[in-house]
Amino acid sequence: MKQIVAVVEKNRLLARDTYEMTLSGDFCAVTTPGQFVDVKLDGYFLRRPISVCDCRDGRLVLIYKVVGSGTETMSRMNTGEKLDLLTGLGNGFDTAPSGNEPLLIGGGAGVPPLYWLARRLTEEGKNPRVILGFRTSDDVFYEKEFRALAVPVTVATENGSYGVKGFVTDAMTAVSYSYYYACGPMPMFRAVHDTARTEGQMSFEERMGCGFGACMGCSCRTLTGSKRLCKDGPVLLSKEVLWQTQE
Amino acid sequence: MADTRVSLSGWTLDNPVIPASGTFGYGLEFAELYDIDCLGTFSFKGTTLEPRFGNPTPRIAECPAGMLNSVGLQNPGVESVIAETLPALKKVFHKKVIANVSGFSVDEYAAVCARLDREEQVGLLEVNVSCPNVRHGGMSFGTTPEAAAEVTRAVKAVTRKPVYIKLSPNVTDIVAVAVACEKAGADGLSLINTLLGMRIDLRRRRPVIANTMGGLSGRAIFPVALRMVYQVYEAVDLPVMGMGGVASAEDVLEMMLAGATAVQIGAANLTDPYVCRDVVRDLPAVMEKYGVTNLTDMIGGAHHGQRRHHSL
Repeated sequence: MKQIVAVVEKNRLLARDTYEMTLSGDFCAVTTPGQFVDVKLDGYFLRRPISVCDCRDGRLVLIYKVVGSGTETMSRMNTGEKLDLLTGLGNGFDTAPSGNEPLLIGGGAGVPPLYWLARRLTEEGKNPRVILGFRTSDDVFYEKEFRALAVPVTVATENGSYGVKGFVTDAMTAVSYSYYYACGPMPMFRAVHDTARTEGQMSFEERMGCGFGACMGCSCRTLTGSKRLCKDGPVLLSKEVLWQTQE
Repeated sequence: MADTRVSLSGWTLDNPVIPASGTFGYGLEFAELYDIDCLGTFSFKGTTLEPRFGNPTPRIAECPAGMLNSVGLQNPGVESVIAETLPALKKVFHKKVIANVSGFSVDEYAAVCARLDREEQVGLLEVNVSCPNVRHGGMSFGTTPEAAAEVTRAVKAVTRKPVYIKLSPNVTDIVAVAVACEKAGADGLSLINTLLGMRIDLRRRRPVIANTMGGLSGRAIFPVALRMVYQVYEAVDLPVMGMGGVASAEDVLEMMLAGATAVQIGAANLTDPYVCRDVVRDLPAVMEKYGVTNLTDMIGGAHHGQRRHHSL
């Protein structure tokens, strides 16, 4: 973990209530897709944990959804403004067990960390495939960016207003894969777990106090004991999640 | 040359800065960030007899100038702390630590304290009778003078280490509880624990915290904490560890002027992980600014001799 001050290079609306912020700074602690940063915002006590969408060449990309007044404040930040960050938090995805054709499954605000993961897997010579799920066409983002990595992309919307109609799990049945990585809301995780034909990893979200393992605010029961999602996660193995204890 | 040393029941600390229980784990995460030997000491995570997972999540909520938590005393249990955590701590922290103890019965408090009494790494016992986040325990022992006194007596009977009772602000008269603890033999007092509060999610129309309510901490509670330390200092003849919303060296001085011998920093550790290191660093300059040579001279300085029972 490293505390830094980064500078906003760009902050743009990407889709409905969804923003992409590009930051410059010293991101040496950010090493693994699936890690997150904890953002200090003026006027708010707690930091806001946001997963890293991409990190390269001294630039960090965060995609965040405006869900409350904190993220609303963030969406109004301009180029040149400074942001206090705790960086390099969380364990991130382990690409070792991916096999040659891993499937990446993202739902809504869970899509961003899969972008860097797709890039990392591609660089490792693997052939990832991506399924992105959104509510409607107004919510879709990053299809083009994934395609630019030469990764096959399926977009699913719940009302069929863009891509295929249905949930990510409907699209999962049509493809073959060696392993999976998922990030999205809890009902999606449950459906993915029930549908998947392989093991996989999932990146969870929770309200956090500190973000670095001190406060026990984001604890999660697993088959391998209690885990702090901020420090021992946010990525857990699907087979260690105690589904009956999840809301 | 500023002298930042203070003494708690015969234990001299290099400075009065103490990360508060529940915000610093068992020190190991922070030892990765800075040399925690710079601290006066720290109070470790509230420890019970058995391992506890704690409350369901969400356990955390944002508040104006503060936060709510309802962790619910998650901890690995006293045996695991002694067998695994304290040996790991010994490698990165070379001072004695404050053992924060909680329980669900008088016997449990006594059992955990008796177990920790044998640990040379433990400098004093801070007995938490004020956790607002568990039923049938925690705060229920701190909300009446009689129950707090009963826990104090039971713990004092099983240990020779100094016993500090951590008091709840969620009472009509904190002074009455403080006086009862003093009469029951407490060596000192810690105050305040968090204030019971809640938030409601407008979209879901449900409490944000899964357990409905949680404890408020952070900047918002500093004036309340200061007032209670001030009142308790006047009423008892015991050293007080003051806490609640402290986040700067200036806050430390203010809390000491109200009557604190040492000062704990809690929620600020979560949002600014280096805050305690920085407060220790800033303390000599702030002392110089306000003309303070010996920090102990500040204790109770705002009372102008009004402490009724004090015999320094």
